[in-house]
Amino acid sequence: MKPSFDILIVGIGGQGTVLASNVLGEACIIEHRSVRSAETHGMAQRGGSVESHIRIDGKFGSLITPGTADLLIAFDLLEALRYRHYLPAGGRLVVNRHLVVPTSVYQQGLAVPDEESILAALSDLDVTCIDAAELAEEAGSSLSQNIVMLGAASGDIPLRPETLEEAVRRCVPPKTVEVNAKAFRLGRAAAGERGAPAP
Amino acid sequence: MAVRYLLGNEGIAHACLEANIDFASGYPGTPSSEVVDILRAQEERPLTVEWSTNEKVAFENALAAAWCGLRALCTMKHVGLNVAADPLMTSAYTGVTGGFVILSADDPFAHSSQNEQDTRRYAHFARLPCLDPASVQEAHDMMRDAFALSEEFGLPVIFRPTTRICHSKGDVDVGEVGAEHRTAAFRGDPKQYVVIPAHTRLLHKALNEKQPAIRKRLVELGYNRHTVRGRTAVVTSGVAAAYVQEVLPDDVSLAVIGAYPIDEGWLRAFVDQHENVLVIEELAPVIEEAVRQVATKTEVFGKMTGTVPYEGELTPATVAAAMQDAGIPPTVAYPAAAPVQRVPPRPPILCAGCMHRSTFYAMKKVFRDGIFPSDIGCYTLGLQLGAVDTTICMGASITVGSGIARSGEERPVVCTIGDSTFLHTGIPGLLNAVYNGAEMVVVILDNRITAMTGHQPNPNTGVTASGVESVPVSLEALCRSCGVAWVETVDPYNLPHLLDTFRRAKERTGVRVIIAKQPCVITARRSGIRRKPYAVDLERCTGCGVCRSFGCPAIAFSGKNATITDLCAGCGVCADICPAGAIAREGRQ
Repeated sequence: MKPSFDILIVGIGGQGTVLASNVLGEACIIEHRSVRSAETHGMAQRGGSVESHIRIDGKFGSLITPGTADLLIAFDLLEALRYRHYLPAGGRLVVNRHLVVPTSVYQQGLAVPDEESILAALSDLDVTCIDAAELAEEAGSSLSQNIVMLGAASGDIPLRPETLEEAVRRCVPPKTVEVNAKAFRLGRAAAGERGAPAP
Repeated sequence: MAVRYLLGNEGIAHACLEANIDFASGYPGTPSSEVVDILRAQEERPLTVEWSTNEKVAFENALAAAWCGLRALCTMKHVGLNVAADPLMTSAYTGVTGGFVILSADDPFAHSSQNEQDTRRYAHFARLPCLDPASVQEAHDMMRDAFALSEEFGLPVIFRPTTRICHSKGDVDVGEVGAEHRTAAFRGDPKQYVVIPAHTRLLHKALNEKQPAIRKRLVELGYNRHTVRGRTAVVTSGVAAAYVQEVLPDDVSLAVIGAYPIDEGWLRAFVDQHENVLVIEELAPVIEEAVRQVATKTEVFGKMTGTVPYEGELTPATVAAAMQDAGIPPTVAYPAAAPVQRVPPRPPILCAGCMHRSTFYAMKKVFRDGIFPSDIGCYTLGLQLGAVDTTICMGASITVGSGIARSGEERPVVCTIGDSTFLHTGIPGLLNAVYNGAEMVVVILDNRITAMTGHQPNPNTGVTASGVESVPVSLEALCRSCGVAWVETVDPYNLPHLLDTFRRAKERTGVRVIIAKQPCVITARRSGIRRKPYAVDLERCTGCGVCRSFGCPAIAFSGKNATITDLCAGCGVCADICPAGAIAREGRQ
């Protein structure tokens, strides 16, 4: 039995991966569980690829080893592809149906990636694909996509959904609590409809 | 006591509050910056906090506070300690009365740095105690106790976390914020504070005499600890200790080094009980050298045997591989997992609407054959635009530029430097260039803030670290007082004016300064400035690709045609670049 449940959250600097990982950390505190996490700070945040490692019940280091993550949450399709090797074969991926083409692709004349081919390259994993932008708009703000994604992944996370929602309330700016709580529930429901496995 | 989910740097800052600090200074540098940012934002304990103009300045200010009996903290990144090395070396001689802790954060893998130097080498060099936490909790606990250690020995203490401590989070047990305050009082003692040769020779002797007691005390405090469990041992430190402990077999001994200097007798007693010892540490082989010095019959594995990598940061997988290599099979076999090949890279990039992009564009357009020394900041990302030829350390754009110009190289030299970096160590270089008659253009990228490290204020911002309004320095007057005759300030969003300014600079001789001034697009957005986004008229777009080379992340392409995404910040520079006139503010033709 693995001693910790290891979640990797990936995205693009500015998409709110750190806030999403803060919610998970806060939820661990609420449930009196140990937690370790690692974040990207500094220059990499300027629109670059970013990753947050969260180890629920972790007692040692904060870094997850490739091939051993229990769950990958990706805010962008291309980032899901970049970090998929953190999952074991057939591992669990919750991904936003959203693709920002890196500016480097245009500048360097690389082949422009597209949704269909990326999804095909991920199809051997246990994938739930979520339209977070649509659900975030429904919740009241496009800025709540990170919390939609967390909600969508919540069925796979060994923390109680009530705890996670309370952690959302504690971590987001006061004026956005209701929007984000709704975003969490919408994300959770959306993944449920798509038949997410029970935790 | 309370358990909170804290960033390493938050735990460190909280520990300072628990330890009753009254003075904190620093210069921003990843991964150290949040410590002072948290201290200046908190309201639980009043204290004097400053962002200083550079690390040497920060160091000397905090040292003086400690000479007045206060508990003082000074923070910087590892390379900042190079700048502060002058006072560091001699402060070990003078010592302190109030507790003085120097936080110098190392960056294995150079996530956000120009090198992978090891602060523990400085501690050894200066003969000062150095604390090296292995977890976020230990970072908190060590920092809380470091001030008392400093006072016990009357010496500055170096506190050296690494990126994976500063920027890791975990459940941390924190204590109460201290309520005691000291009154600063400078008690003059020339024999201590005036380091003329006659005094300093005695101070040097006193420093050396303190060493055995320091080594012994660091063991007593439990910073250096070991457990003997077999004939094979791992000796480790920092975050690597966590990776080791996760996979260490029960019959392998463990020593964790959390403080330096290491007591040789203690270390020898441990090493002598083992046939093989593997040393696992990040950066320099500091512990390995100590182990090799005391080992008589024990075989030692580490960096010097090629078992542990010298460069980069360690990971759970590299640590497990090193153990396997040294004949210590880890309890967990990590799978071999390789990333998918040929995924398009997504490096960090200058923001949409960043003032640096248009400045680089104009600079390159006017000085096609120019040499472009640059400096440390967000604008180092101008490398992607072909606008950065050199970067070595803070302030070195102007000095490298004048050196190239005065070496006889005939191509024009145009260097770029941010406002905060200019104030940090750029000024002496400018003064030198003028004094010695260099032929060059200096572009000060003035976004009014220290952006890359998290938007800390500087003397150019108009506010101090504690939120008090200040008179922003006049960069123009500063340059003129250095002897620069031609100084022009320009709005980099006004591309025609910017190009014209570069052209006029090209026609002149001597040191010419262009100040490209526009607030950082991130701070502008935060302060409520909204500019209408731009859009492409697809009927007019010829697909020529000129805007492609501009490299703005808000410009995407479907086929040959450009489109503008919702990242657009409305700077409007692309509209001036487009030769077909196909880009305009949304809603306009």
